[in-house]
Amino acid sequence: MSTPAGMEPAISVTGVDRVFGKGRKQVVALQDVDLTVADGEFVSLIGPSGCGKSTLLRLVADLDTATSGDLRVFGKGVRQARLDQDYGIAFQQAGLLPWRTVAGNVELPLRLHGASAAMRKARVAELLDLVGLSDFAKSHPDQLSGGMQQRVAIARALAESPRLLLMDEPFGALDEITRERMQNELVRICAETGAAVLFVTHSIPEAVFLSDRVVVMSPRPGRITGIVDVRADGLVGAHDRTERARDEEGFFRAVAEVRSLLHGTPMPTLAAEGLEK
Amino acid sequence: MVPLWNRVRAVVLGLLGIAAVVATWDVYKAVGPAEGVLVGETRVLPRTTELAMPHSWEMLQRFSEPVTGLAGAPDAFDAVLDASLFSLGLAARGWLIGVVVGLALALLMSRLRIVESALLPWVILSQTVPLIAIAPLVRRWGSEIQIGGHVWSSEDSVAVIAAYLAFFPVAVGALRGLKSPDRTHLDLMRAYGVGWWRSLLTLRLPSSVPYLLPALRLAAASAVIGAVVAEVSIGLKGGLGRMVIDYAVAASGDPAKPWAPIFGAVVIGLVAAGAIGLLGLVLRPFRLTGVPS
Repeated sequence: MSTPAGMEPAISVTGVDRVFGKGRKQVVALQDVDLTVADGEFVSLIGPSGCGKSTLLRLVADLDTATSGDLRVFGKGVRQARLDQDYGIAFQQAGLLPWRTVAGNVELPLRLHGASAAMRKARVAELLDLVGLSDFAKSHPDQLSGGMQQRVAIARALAESPRLLLMDEPFGALDEITRERMQNELVRICAETGAAVLFVTHSIPEAVFLSDRVVVMSPRPGRITGIVDVRADGLVGAHDRTERARDEEGFFRAVAEVRSLLHGTPMPTLAAEGLEK
Repeated sequence: MVPLWNRVRAVVLGLLGIAAVVATWDVYKAVGPAEGVLVGETRVLPRTTELAMPHSWEMLQRFSEPVTGLAGAPDAFDAVLDASLFSLGLAARGWLIGVVVGLALALLMSRLRIVESALLPWVILSQTVPLIAIAPLVRRWGSEIQIGGHVWSSEDSVAVIAAYLAFFPVAVGALRGLKSPDRTHLDLMRAYGVGWWRSLLTLRLPSSVPYLLPALRLAAASAVIGAVVAEVSIGLKGGLGRMVIDYAVAASGDPAKPWAPIFGAVVIGLVAAGAIGLLGLVLRPFRLTGVPS
C-alpha cells in the first residue's frame, strides 16, 4: 500500500454520467454526479425511484460502467478495486445460496479467494458472532426469517474485512420492527469494523439514523440535489449513535431537512440554517 | 414415524394402482361383449376375445413357458430378460451421449447469446424429424466413420438414435437451469471477481439441478423409447425392438406372447426412471428451494 489508510477517500466520484439506451429511447440515469465518501464515513443515497441511486452504487461496485466521468475507490479504478475485493456488498435480496448452510454462505467469498480452511472457520465463527447468528451456522437459509437472512448477507459482505461496504436497500424487504432492529445492529457493526458505507435507501428516517451525511437525489435526469450533514444537525457521528438518537431533536431536524430537499419545498431549511450559523 | 408411514402408503397406493389396472382388464374381459363396444362404425372399446385380450394371468404365465415349441428353446422370461438388458444397455449408452451433448449445447448457449439464437431453433427442429427417417442416415454416415480400431456397429447406430431423442430435454432443461440464478447472485459473483468457470461451478450448475433432474428423467424415458424404436428401424437383433416384431407374428396362435416384450419395455422404462431417482437422492441438497415455488 503506497498510501496509508485514511489518506485516500473511500469513494470519489467526479463528473459521472450514465446514459442507458440510444437515440430517442435514451434515458439519462445519472448526470454530472460528484460525491466523496471519506474513509470510515457512513453516507446514504436517498431519492424517489428512478433517481439513479442504485445505478450510482452499481457504478462504484463496478457492476455497471459509467458513460463518462471518473470513479475511484480508495484511489484505485473501480475495476481494480473490485478485483482486489476492496468492498463488501449487500443487496435488497439477501441472495444467499439456498443449498449452502449459513456458515457455507458466509465463507463463500473466502473460499472463492482461496483462504485456508482453518482461517475460514475462525473468520466465520467471528462473523456469525458479530451478527448474532452463532447458533444458526448449520441451518439453511430457508429456515431463517428475512431479517436473519439479511444478517447473514451482511456477515458475508464483511467476510474479507473490507474498508468499504456497499448496501443497496438491504432492509427494503423487512418489516418496520425488524428494520429498526437491523439499523441498530448495523450501527454497532459499523462502529466495530470502522468501515465506510455507501447505503441506498427509500426511507428518510433510516437514512438519517444511520448516516453521517445523507445525499438527496432527484430523477430525470438522476442528479444530486443536496447533501444533508446529519452531524451538523446535532447528532453524534454515525459510529457513536444509539437507538435513542431517533428521539433527539437533531434527528427530527435532519429528517425535515432531507424531506424538504426531496420535495423541493424550502420551508424547514430555516431551522437547519439557523443551527449551522 | 410419519415419513415411514408416508413411504408405506406410497408403496401400498402404487400396488393398488397396478391391481386396479389388472382388475379393470379382467373384469372388462369377463363382462364386455365379444365384439367390443361400437358407436356407429367406430369401435370405442376393444374386442374381448382371447386373441385381442388374453387374461392377465395368462400373460404372466407365458413368461415361464418356452419361447417356441422347438427343443431347447429358453423360457420366455429368460429371453425377455436378455433382450431387456440388451436394450437397456443401448438406452443407457444413448442417454449418456445425449446428456453429454445436451449439457455441452446448454453450456454453449448459456455462455453466448448468439449461439443460443443460432442453435436453439435447430435443437427444437431436430425433434420434428421422425426417427424412422434418420435411422438409415445414421447407419450410412456411421459406416463411414472409423475411429482407431473401432468399427461402427449397428449398436452404435441405435445408441446414437437414442441419444438423438435424449439430448433434447437435457439441452432445453439445462439451458433454463443455467439461466435461472437471479440478478443478485450474478452481481455477487461479479463483485467477487470470479470468472465464468468458477461461477458456473459455484452458482449456475447447482442452481440448475432442479431443472436438470426432470430433464434427465425425461431423457431416460426418451432414450428407452429411442433404443427400442431404433432397433426396429436399424434391424438390430437381440433387443426388445425386434422381439416385439417377432413375437407379434405369433399373436394368432399364442396371444399372450406379444405382451412379454411389452412388459419388458415397461420394466426397463421403470428401471431407467428409478436410476434417475437415485441420482436425485445424491443431488438432494441442491434441490433446496432452487426453484421459486
